[in-house]
Amino acid sequence: MASGGCDRTPVRLNEGPAVGSLERHRMAYTIEGSTGTWEVVVGLEVHAQVVSQAKLFSGAATAFGAEPNSQVSFVDAAFPGMLPVVNAECVTQAVRTGLGLNAQIHPVSRFDRKNYFYADLPSGYQISQFEHPIVGTGEIEVELADGSTKVIGITRLHLEQDAGKSIHDQHPTKTLIDLNRSGVALMEIVSEPDIRSPEEAGAYVRKLRSILRYLGTCDGNMEEGSMRADVNVSVRKHGEPYRTRCEVKNVNSIRFVMQAVEAEATRQVEVWESGGTVMQETRLFDSGRGITRSMRSKEDAHDYRYFPDPDLLPLVLDEDWIAALKASLPELPDAKRARFIQSYGLSPYDAAVLVAEKATAEFYETVATGRDAKIAANWITGDFFAAMNRLGRTIENPPVTAAALGGLLDLMADNTINGRIAKDVFEAMVETGKDAATIVDEKGLRQVTDAGAIDEAVNRILAANPDKVAEYRSGKDKLFGFFVGQTMKALAGKGNPALINETLKRLLAA
Amino acid sequence: MLTDLTIAAARDGLRAKDFSAVDLTMAHLHAIEALNPRLNAFITVSHAKAVDQARAADVALAAGEQRALTGIPLAIKDLFCTEGVRTTAGSKMLSPFVPPYESTVTAKLLHDGAVFLGKANLDEFAMGSSNMTSAYGPVENPWKRRQDDTAVLVPGGSSGGSAAAVSARLAMGATGTDTGGSIRQPASFCGLVGVKPTYGRCSRWGVVAFASSLDHPGPFARTVQDSAILLRSMAGHDPKDSTSANLPVPDFEAACRRGVKGLRIGIPREYRSDGMPVEIDALWQQGIDWLRAAGAEIVDVSLPHTKYGLATYYIVAPAEASSNLARYDGVRFGARENGGDLRDLYERTRAEGFGPEVRRRILIGTYVLSAGYYDAYYLRAQKIRALILKDFTDAFGRVDALLAPTAPSAAFAQGENMDDPIQMYLNDLFTVPANLAGVPAASVPAGLDANGLPLGLQVIGKPFDEETVFAVSTAIEQAARFTALPSLRAGG
Amino acid sequence: MSLDHATVRRIASLARIRVEDHEVEPLCHELNGILGWIEQLNEVDVSGIAPLTGAANMAAPLREDVVTDGGYPEKVLANAPERIGDFYVVPKVVE
Repeated sequence: MASGGCDRTPVRLNEGPAVGSLERHRMAYTIEGSTGTWEVVVGLEVHAQVVSQAKLFSGAATAFGAEPNSQVSFVDAAFPGMLPVVNAECVTQAVRTGLGLNAQIHPVSRFDRKNYFYADLPSGYQISQFEHPIVGTGEIEVELADGSTKVIGITRLHLEQDAGKSIHDQHPTKTLIDLNRSGVALMEIVSEPDIRSPEEAGAYVRKLRSILRYLGTCDGNMEEGSMRADVNVSVRKHGEPYRTRCEVKNVNSIRFVMQAVEAEATRQVEVWESGGTVMQETRLFDSGRGITRSMRSKEDAHDYRYFPDPDLLPLVLDEDWIAALKASLPELPDAKRARFIQSYGLSPYDAAVLVAEKATAEFYETVATGRDAKIAANWITGDFFAAMNRLGRTIENPPVTAAALGGLLDLMADNTINGRIAKDVFEAMVETGKDAATIVDEKGLRQVTDAGAIDEAVNRILAANPDKVAEYRSGKDKLFGFFVGQTMKALAGKGNPALINETLKRLLAA
Repeated sequence: MLTDLTIAAARDGLRAKDFSAVDLTMAHLHAIEALNPRLNAFITVSHAKAVDQARAADVALAAGEQRALTGIPLAIKDLFCTEGVRTTAGSKMLSPFVPPYESTVTAKLLHDGAVFLGKANLDEFAMGSSNMTSAYGPVENPWKRRQDDTAVLVPGGSSGGSAAAVSARLAMGATGTDTGGSIRQPASFCGLVGVKPTYGRCSRWGVVAFASSLDHPGPFARTVQDSAILLRSMAGHDPKDSTSANLPVPDFEAACRRGVKGLRIGIPREYRSDGMPVEIDALWQQGIDWLRAAGAEIVDVSLPHTKYGLATYYIVAPAEASSNLARYDGVRFGARENGGDLRDLYERTRAEGFGPEVRRRILIGTYVLSAGYYDAYYLRAQKIRALILKDFTDAFGRVDALLAPTAPSAAFAQGENMDDPIQMYLNDLFTVPANLAGVPAASVPAGLDANGLPLGLQVIGKPFDEETVFAVSTAIEQAARFTALPSLRAGG
Repeated sequence: MSLDHATVRRIASLARIRVEDHEVEPLCHELNGILGWIEQLNEVDVSGIAPLTGAANMAAPLREDVVTDGGYPEKVLANAPERIGDFYVVPKVVE
């Protein structure tokens, strides 16, 4: 949420749909400066760690959290005479990702060396794909809060190796180097500069992560660094060509991506408006202070001296193999969302929520199959998510299983319990791990559907409240709810709501 | 003398128990003791390890298990990483480096029973044509000018220590690497056979890289047959090297006996450079006559882009080297010069650790790849490289092999050609094109110049047709009857 | 294209090789000599020629995704000029 910008400056940020407008017309996110209105232009380079057992060019393991330098081969440490050999699975994963982004797959691509010195870059170059990436142009459709969608272009996807890790806080005068990450395969996914707001930037990363997780090509775990974003930001007045951009490196959460866009755009507007010039440079996002700052260690960024890696030959892909991979792709979020709307009659919003994570969508389909799909959706997005969040659980480790939740819904469907009791049963299921039927039996929560018992209860309530009955009969309809509540209370909450309604109507009319 | 034997003869002698592998190794270790202080052919002599390996060879021989090189003592260019044995690449940068792994080529030689006497001197990171750039001092060529035996000649380079060691009978054979002529030129200077096989024939895994697309491991020996025996053991597919060819290794030794009758031998007219010494031109003509006499058909061919090979090489090789040598930063292995911050550490380590020629080539390579110059230099060089390869492909459409001189001169004296880097680079004029094209080539000793110094002829073959190269080389060897000996040699 | 002192200093800096002030002029002279000699390549008509990176006329071989290497921190650290525990060490880096 872009609130007010900075107090120090005349800059003001606007966002969101036009209030009261009948058209669903998005008002662009802009920054109001002292010299006018500025548009923000953002392109993202997302580095996604490829899911694979071994590294891109060596046989060392990729697992997270190992002892320092224990997952390092001589290749990863760039010992003299060591040579890279491409891991087939990393290629497959990159192609599957490309296919998932509706992108062109290049049957011939090449690895290049990007030359620069850095403490955690052992060979003094990163093997990447510069001129001929494995995947070309594609696109992603993102959903925005106002219900609209926007297509963001993908420029390219290429394979490259990760660097090691520099640890700066363990010693007063030294930086320690751990090369466990060195050589792990990354996909760099580059977007077109189509993004125009922090919200769109966030939605893009969220959607991309969802697609990668569906494909199983990246675990999308931003806390462990499996996904990081370099955020390219520039600002311009309406109708201008692009101005100089700055790259904010290694932003490691969706929230920070959104904050980095806003902070950097605001900074640039201030620079331009104070008569300065934005210099093309690499910056870091300081999440604590909510600002970006220049990155000293990237001083060679203008001259990486890319050239084809002579240790590696061109990567040549078989067209039939690509077609087979395409045929075997899983259903992706967009297709699943459309199907959920179509087959289950869900609202676009509920469908989007349920497909965001593959595991959630699977959970939902397990519950919904053979049951009322809308009720299933309401339960999952309501009580179930609430319990999951409250308990800090995940969809992979849910507070109740899909089968158990289905069992609860079945008891409602066959009138064994009513919806009010179901909420209590659900909480008991979460607490005890028992299934719904057991809890209903143990606690005697079966719904009262005996007409005689309900007649008796209603008669008792009416007899005990003669004034209210008189008021109701003289036209105070709202009191009907009071009688329902009292009756339900008398039946310890277990009354069948429809029968209670019917009985009350009949007896009050008498 | 055991040190005078060929590998083929030693193999027979070991099998016949005429002498033991320990005898053979000790004879060479004694020769090293006597001559290495002067020749400086070895940077490291692994005496104890060699004796252990020879003992193991004797055990194997006693059990009737003789492999291709069981008990044969070799010198290993100090560019091949050898597990537990210091590997310097001729550089101060790697002076403390002990590899925890064995290069594929040396592992294959060990597997075939070879004994490693030690690590042979070389130009620093294989950059040089004289062995003068080694941080461990120059190597003396065992050959002397007839009129002036006081002049200290260079053995050529970069595999100068390997060539001097085999020539002086300090080793029966040696490994080398050839990036622009670094096996063939020293072979020519030292009166040896040196073979640069096809790119991809010998694995580069574990060989300290100079220029990845041009580096070729290969053997030195005193006869064509010996070089064929060595290459067969060194060659073969290596899944650890992406550029290694997945092809079977032919019986190169058998190919030596094929003869040249009916072969078409191309004579590339562009190798006849202006100012080439008449002796070399005459020797080349002699070689042509020998091959014709042996039944080959001589065909005039044109390789029109030959003259651009050297300048192309001096873009491509430094470009790759500038990147390959970036790993020497004082952090994980090798020498370190501490300074202030990390940049200072890098800059001091690399200024101190690399010698002038290596620094020069890194700077050239950095420049030709840098922003704004890539297209004009590196990309253009890659295109001319394609034209040079096409020259060979076209020629090999008409002929089976090419015959040319190896080097434009015989061995020169230490200190000569030192003032102007380009004069030194011109040594590789005739050898560089085969590296750019990746085609196999051998240098065979064919005669002596007026000073009594050896001169080699070069046989260049089709990709992966080393067999024809060996057949033609054998024909030259047989016709030349090269029996001259270097002044400095074991027992000499 | 000839190099000036500033360019020599810039490429030396890119290559992380310390060059003392008195070395700049001789280096400049040597490098210009080599680059001047290389200029001969401008004679060649390269229009329509595809660049050649290396002589190996093959596609990249691919290996199986199996863990076959690593797990020997002692070996990768044994040659390090400086180490702390199982880490390599450099002077403190400011990002």
